Amino acid sequence: MKQSSLPIRLLKGFAMFWWDFLVGDTPEIFVAVLVIMGVVALVSVSGHAHSAGAAVLTVLAVLALGASVWRAKRAVKK
Amino acid sequence: MLGVTVSSGVFVLVGAVFLACAVEMVEALTIVFAVGHTRGWRSATEGTVVALVALAALVAAFGPTLVSVPLNVLRLVVGGVLLIFGMQWLRKAILRSSGLKAKHDEDEIYKETVAELSAMSTSTDRDRIAFVMAFKGVFLEGLEVVITVLTLGTSAHRLGLAVVTAGVAIVVVGIVGIIVAQQLSSVPENAMKMAVGILLVSYGTFWTGEGLKVHWPGGDTMLLGLVGIYVVITFLYVTWLRSSNPLRISEVSA
Repeated sequence: MKQSSLPIRLLKGFAMFWWDFLVGDTPEIFVAVLVIMGVVALVSVSGHAHSAGAAVLTVLAVLALGASVWRAKRAVKK
Repeated sequence: MLGVTVSSGVFVLVGAVFLACAVEMVEALTIVFAVGHTRGWRSATEGTVVALVALAALVAAFGPTLVSVPLNVLRLVVGGVLLIFGMQWLRKAILRSSGLKAKHDEDEIYKETVAELSAMSTSTDRDRIAFVMAFKGVFLEGLEVVITVLTLGTSAHRLGLAVVTAGVAIVVVGIVGIIVAQQLSSVPENAMKMAVGILLVSYGTFWTGEGLKVHWPGGDTMLLGLVGIYVVITFLYVTWLRSSNPLRISEVSA
């Protein structure tokens, strides 16, 4: 099998590092943070709820952490 | 008011950078000690030095670039990354504290690395395996330090302070590590990881909000409020898991 060139291998390694770093074995956290950012952006764009954005952001982050912990707990039980 | 605002931000920044760097340094040091004791200190030292030079080059290359990115964009991206990174750390620490995940055992990692290296053939003067193992250990753990320092430092516009704090953490852990060599397991790593997770999630939440133009009650001081909220939430999650989980992973497997 033909080996990839050095730039391709470096690029693949770089992409793999960030994939492991951000997604790894907790894809639910990655997805949750994207969803949180989207929801808070919508709340902020609506223009009347900048303070509400702070509460929404914090509550959603706490719930996302809880959901990830709950998922791990279920996986252990199985 | 300004004094309170500045000091709360600085306090959290210094705490997060110091603890994160200390934890990563303990992990890197464990690998370097295992390599040095098993295969000789020359190649272990060379691998460590080359990794440190590569990391310094990364900081020099990306540090100034990050500073030139618009602050709102930087805080949104960095906030998101820190939120993900912090939640991963905090999740792991919560699971370990509640017994659902085996604790990080430096003694065990040391023994495994020594066994792995002892099984490999020894070459003469320059030991390529020892060099690569030391390089990889220091570079990969160091990369996490670099990301933490660059993201926290540039977003707070205090890159210099973050770099100095990281340097102090590395030197302190290095000196303590050399003195108590092979007793790195006595470092309360899970408690430190939990503290880092709480600080990173707090910063991540704060800067994601700043990037999205959220209005934080109390301005920068709210950062300490977020730390308090996450401390309480972490305690509640650990208590919930302990009370609802009769089967402890740490009790059935290493």
